[in-house]
Amino acid sequence: MLKIADLSVRYGMIEAVKDVSFEVNEGEIVSLIGANGAGKTTILRTISGLLKPFKGSISFEETDIPRLSPQKIVASGLSQVPEGRHIFAGLSVLENLEMGAYLRKSKGENKEMLQMVFERFPILEERKAQDAATLSGGEQQMLAMGRALMSKPRLLLLDEPSMGLAPIFIKEIFNIIGEINKQGTTILLIEQNAKMALSIADRGYVLETGQIVLSGSGKELLASDEVQKAYLGG
Amino acid sequence: MTGILQQLINGISLGSIYALIALGYTMVYGIIKLINFAHGDIYMIGAFLGYYFINEYQLSFLPALLLAMIISAFLGVVIEFLAYRPLRNSARITVLITAIGVSFLIENVMIKLFTANSRAFPQAIEQQKFTFGSLQVSNYQLIIIVTTLILMTLLQFIVQKTKMGKAMRAVSVDTDAAMLMGINVNLTISFTFAIGSALAAAGGVLIGLYYNSIDPMMGVVPGLKAFIAAVLGGIGLIPGAVVGGLFIGIMETVVSALGFSVFKDAFVYGILIIILLIKPSGLLGKNVKEKV
Repeated sequence: MLKIADLSVRYGMIEAVKDVSFEVNEGEIVSLIGANGAGKTTILRTISGLLKPFKGSISFEETDIPRLSPQKIVASGLSQVPEGRHIFAGLSVLENLEMGAYLRKSKGENKEMLQMVFERFPILEERKAQDAATLSGGEQQMLAMGRALMSKPRLLLLDEPSMGLAPIFIKEIFNIIGEINKQGTTILLIEQNAKMALSIADRGYVLETGQIVLSGSGKELLASDEVQKAYLGG
Repeated sequence: MTGILQQLINGISLGSIYALIALGYTMVYGIIKLINFAHGDIYMIGAFLGYYFINEYQLSFLPALLLAMIISAFLGVVIEFLAYRPLRNSARITVLITAIGVSFLIENVMIKLFTANSRAFPQAIEQQKFTFGSLQVSNYQLIIIVTTLILMTLLQFIVQKTKMGKAMRAVSVDTDAAMLMGINVNLTISFTFAIGSALAAAGGVLIGLYYNSIDPMMGVVPGLKAFIAAVLGGIGLIPGAVVGGLFIGIMETVVSALGFSVFKDAFVYGILIIILLIKPSGLLGKNVKEKV
């Protein structure tokens, strides 16, 4: 579904991502793990079109992504929940969700999606008139995910959904990610929380200083010595 | 007592004009963090367009006002497209200096075309004065206040209720996240310039009617005062621009009425200095803390 080949991304002269190749197949949850600064967010921002690759290719169902504007990329069925949530402060919860459906013209379908998001995150319906900035961290994460789901993506990119959340929320968020996947949305997940990310993943990749150093099924990676040592403190 | 009330009416009329200009400053700042110093010149262009439509095409006041707003909106979009968009990723100071350059360009082109002399704005509507006891209100003042109220209500509706207005707010809070939603950021910015310019042009036509005199440099001082109004209210905040504009307008008339009219500009600039010292985020501004 998503195929990335020999991707390099630079900030000026600094190469943040070096010859990275990986793929995400339809229906999977794929986790990309790695420490802070390994280049995870850079990869995701490049997939969403906020950054342009220095070289390499990104194709999403035969569409050549780097040639498209971020807008067209969303329209092609790919949606991102950015790191740090980036909800729109000053806009109500409902308005935030409406922005997620910005590209859709059909009001009927918008209502349907809104209903679905509210079913998945009942707290958002309760707080729909509230300024999004007044939500707690966990609620903001739910809002950011709900907002991304409003465009009905076929591939959902999640950047550090567990960041800054209490353990109980982290569990809940990962449960929800699993449910979203079961309902047919393919997921590419980026995480520092390697244990959680690998335990729900079909497959995973380990990124170190801009390069993929390890790959395998979620279970294999969880069990591997390298991952145990580097990320799980074992 | 009536003296105070009289000054209040005069101040609100003048302040409404400042508020109309300040709205454009604050919206543009909100969305691209640029103090658009060419904004006062759009106000001047608006006044000239109104003059032109009334004098040359014998239009009545309202159609002249609307046409001036529409053409100025278009001009604002063109300026953003040609001068600011290519610098979207440049340092903010670069864009700021460009804005000053655009301002000089507009002023000098207008001087070249129309000379630097001031000209009388046609009296499209005959002036009438209504007296209530010792209180005097002209129909011009009423037109200014009512037009401003209508435009602000309209703006409030656009910003709060329409999809484009919500996108404007989304882009001003977080441009990257807005892009991830598929929001067309360039279109939203153009739209912001269009609205801000239309409001400034309305201010220009109204002031032409009120003061009866226009010239190519007429935008400089009101532009600067409207900028101060926007900072005073809290730059980037739409209600702040209105509060700041009215405040400056009223202060100015009060200071003049007290016999210090020579110092009225000094007074306004003094307010700016005090605000920057005491509450840089403005009267309605909050000290924003980032939530991590």
